[in-house]
Amino acid sequence: MTEERDQRIMQPKSPVGFVGYGAYIPRYRLPATEVARIWKGGASGTPIDEKAVAGLDEDVITMSIEASRNALARAQINPADIRAVWVGSESHPYSVKPTSTVVAEAIGATPHTLAADWEFACKAGTEAVQAAIGFTGSGMARYALAIGMDTAQGRPGDPLEYTAGAGGAAYILGPADESLAVVDGSYSYTTDTPDFWRRADEKYPSHGERFTGEPAYFHHITSSAQELMEALGTKPADYSFVVFHQPNTKFPQRVAKTLGFTSEQLETGLLVPRIGNVYAGSALVGLTAVLDVAKPGDRILLVSYGSGAGSDAMSMHVTERILESHELAPRTEDYINRRTEIDYATYARFRGKLSQ
Amino acid sequence: MEITSHWRIKKQRYALVGEVCPHCAAKIFPPRDICPECGDEAKDHYQFSGRGEVYSYTTLYNAPAGYEEQAPYTVAMVQLEEGPLVTAQLTDIDVNEPEVGMPVEMVTRKLGSEGDRGILIYGYKFRPVLETA
Amino acid sequence: MMANKNKPKNDVFIIGVGMTPVGEHWDRSLRELALEAMTTAREETGAMRPEAVYVANMLAPALSRQSHLGALLADFSGMRGIEAVTIEAAGASGGMALRQAYLALASGMVNTALVVGVEKITERVTAEVEAALITSSDADYESIHGLTQTALAAMLMRRYEFEFNVPEYAFAGFSITAHANGAKNPKAMFRRPIKLETYQRAAILSDPINMFDAAPMADGAAAIFLARGDVLPSNPPFPPVRIDASATAVSAVAVHDRPNPLSFAAAEKAARIAFDRAKINQDQIDFFELHDRYSIFAALSLEAAGFAAPGEGWKLAESGAIALNGQIPICTFGGSKARGDTGGATGVYQAVEAALQLQGRASEIQVADARIGLIQSLGGIGSTATTHILSTVETL
Repeated sequence: MTEERDQRIMQPKSPVGFVGYGAYIPRYRLPATEVARIWKGGASGTPIDEKAVAGLDEDVITMSIEASRNALARAQINPADIRAVWVGSESHPYSVKPTSTVVAEAIGATPHTLAADWEFACKAGTEAVQAAIGFTGSGMARYALAIGMDTAQGRPGDPLEYTAGAGGAAYILGPADESLAVVDGSYSYTTDTPDFWRRADEKYPSHGERFTGEPAYFHHITSSAQELMEALGTKPADYSFVVFHQPNTKFPQRVAKTLGFTSEQLETGLLVPRIGNVYAGSALVGLTAVLDVAKPGDRILLVSYGSGAGSDAMSMHVTERILESHELAPRTEDYINRRTEIDYATYARFRGKLSQ
Repeated sequence: MEITSHWRIKKQRYALVGEVCPHCAAKIFPPRDICPECGDEAKDHYQFSGRGEVYSYTTLYNAPAGYEEQAPYTVAMVQLEEGPLVTAQLTDIDVNEPEVGMPVEMVTRKLGSEGDRGILIYGYKFRPVLETA
Repeated sequence: MMANKNKPKNDVFIIGVGMTPVGEHWDRSLRELALEAMTTAREETGAMRPEAVYVANMLAPALSRQSHLGALLADFSGMRGIEAVTIEAAGASGGMALRQAYLALASGMVNTALVVGVEKITERVTAEVEAALITSSDADYESIHGLTQTALAAMLMRRYEFEFNVPEYAFAGFSITAHANGAKNPKAMFRRPIKLETYQRAAILSDPINMFDAAPMADGAAAIFLARGDVLPSNPPFPPVRIDASATAVSAVAVHDRPNPLSFAAAEKAARIAFDRAKINQDQIDFFELHDRYSIFAALSLEAAGFAAPGEGWKLAESGAIALNGQIPICTFGGSKARGDTGGATGVYQAVEAALQLQGRASEIQVADARIGLIQSLGGIGSTATTHILSTVETL
């Protein structure tokens, strides 16, 4: 390891990890075949099976509240001891007025806390986690809550409509000796790359089609994963699980192969075929599915991606405390199994796509 | 635009925080500062579990102004496990699914908003208990 | 002092009545409707001028942007300078205005009063009317959830059916009776009888309430002229009707705050006080103008007033006991269901109809030998109840 490289890797002064985690996925499912029916006359292959859709009374605030309550149930801490509530999303209900303050109030973390909303496309959640590692690892706070959650949208008729889904997860960072999974190190790789964006007054995002592949998703994920593993001296084989950002099924499968991971390492955290791309919640909710079955000693690599562009890579190992935490809140599989199929018309109504 | 009346009771709305009477231990929701059981002062906060069962329900098809976009929806009176009866919408439920006696749990959801410009109002609803493996 | 607290100096009488038809009066304004009823009532007294006007109304501020009706209607009817005020107790405004007039007269501070109930429902579309009506419930803990009064009544009806194992269509008798009577009331909104099949096939409004379990709301005005015994006109055209008892009570506003949601505690209390004051019991009541905004309200009102045990009010409808010639006739002019519910004015319509019964002026819908009548109007989901007992006076 070169000294220059050492300085790029982030490791806090005091070891910290996840003392609690919780997922949330809404119950409605739009089969990809429905999107194909409306926009392709039924004649089209589909990039996933179905995606999760938020109900009329749900948004990033309500979903973050439930995921946070699950994380608190596993952490078994007093919410008043949380010193930061940070929510990363690209579908915050307000452009001005934080999602985080409502979440903080609802879970009982107010008033002695920081609260802020984060944005970095699909890696807004892991961005918040990175900051939370620093916040707790520096000794400034004992606990911090970082959430990645989205009710992402695609323009009607755009290929994104197949996959843009709703869901995410909440993580409470805290001292390593209270953690279910301890963070061994993290890294962030960032460039100015306009692969996918949404202008301030626009309702739906735009994207560069094939440009979102090689120069964007693949370049940033492979760069951050390789940099972190080199610095930590780990190889793909050292990990029991790997979780990537999941815009569709093929991208994470391909990048896993490129980096040298097997499909067995990937499959537990690969939720996109059944819930869609939940944007800022994607990698984080994939991680919850892994933690739900992980055993003490397991090593996990998490590599997110956010358009614009950047990738957060985190390496962690699971502790004994994981075992008792499983039963304390619903598992991600419980949310995935809770499904009510809807048709395109209901979906359009729910997502405010009917103009009035 | 209505802001303050929701803001004052956000703990009650977001998290079902009520009161417990220090004299007779009755759990009170909504909070009313005078215990309805024993008549003494009751101001100690109490966090309800959110679990309860459906006491009665009905589905609305003709909504009042401001709620038309939500219709049809089901409202219910829920008997919380600690005793009080509360009124709320049922959510995550099909129209013909509710039953008197059905076990439900509290979730925090969007109750509505004042048009496109007003604040978003959040509060308690109840859903059928999430099945866990 | 205490011993005489409930005994008025002189009795209070109804000496004039008036009411407009109930319906969709697109071309009549609030003040025009009120004036019509007020004029008719005053004419029966030989055009006496009341010292005080009590207006019963609950929706004008929300639906017509018009509050301050006491002053407005006194002004519009050419009575500037008198004492006038609006009394609001949600759907019980009518009975409550009557109560206030009764108290003023009984106290001796006022000698004559005109009570006028008026409501213009058709000024706004249904969703806005529903939103205005639900303000009589708990804003923070009931209305915010998107409730309507019909939804609240539906939840009561469902729970009632569940707890008392009520058979299907058990409530049909209430609307069948109401429509049978309303058919013979020229002022009623609906003037055709209905069959059981009509009830059975009716569309659901809010399950289990169907279209015939819920009264229609429409426009109307009714007025009663009251005078104390020492200022009655000589040779009145119709026998004065005496108010033997006046009582009112409140219960928890929110249905969920009630120890027993299936009991109209306010109605029970007000009825008990009224029977006490009039020194009579249920057997002596010849008819009961109850507030049948919903058929479940009718059942619960009968139970609250002691005509049926809890859970058995529906049986009186099933058996026909509530028919015009039955044991305890209700809604003799059609009730809210067929005559139509006029919101805050309903309680005044009840008083007018009761007076007409007691004066023998009910013609085709006359209750035989009507001597003592019971009237009760309810506010919200029975959170306020006003009860009056009226009786005939043959000679004075």
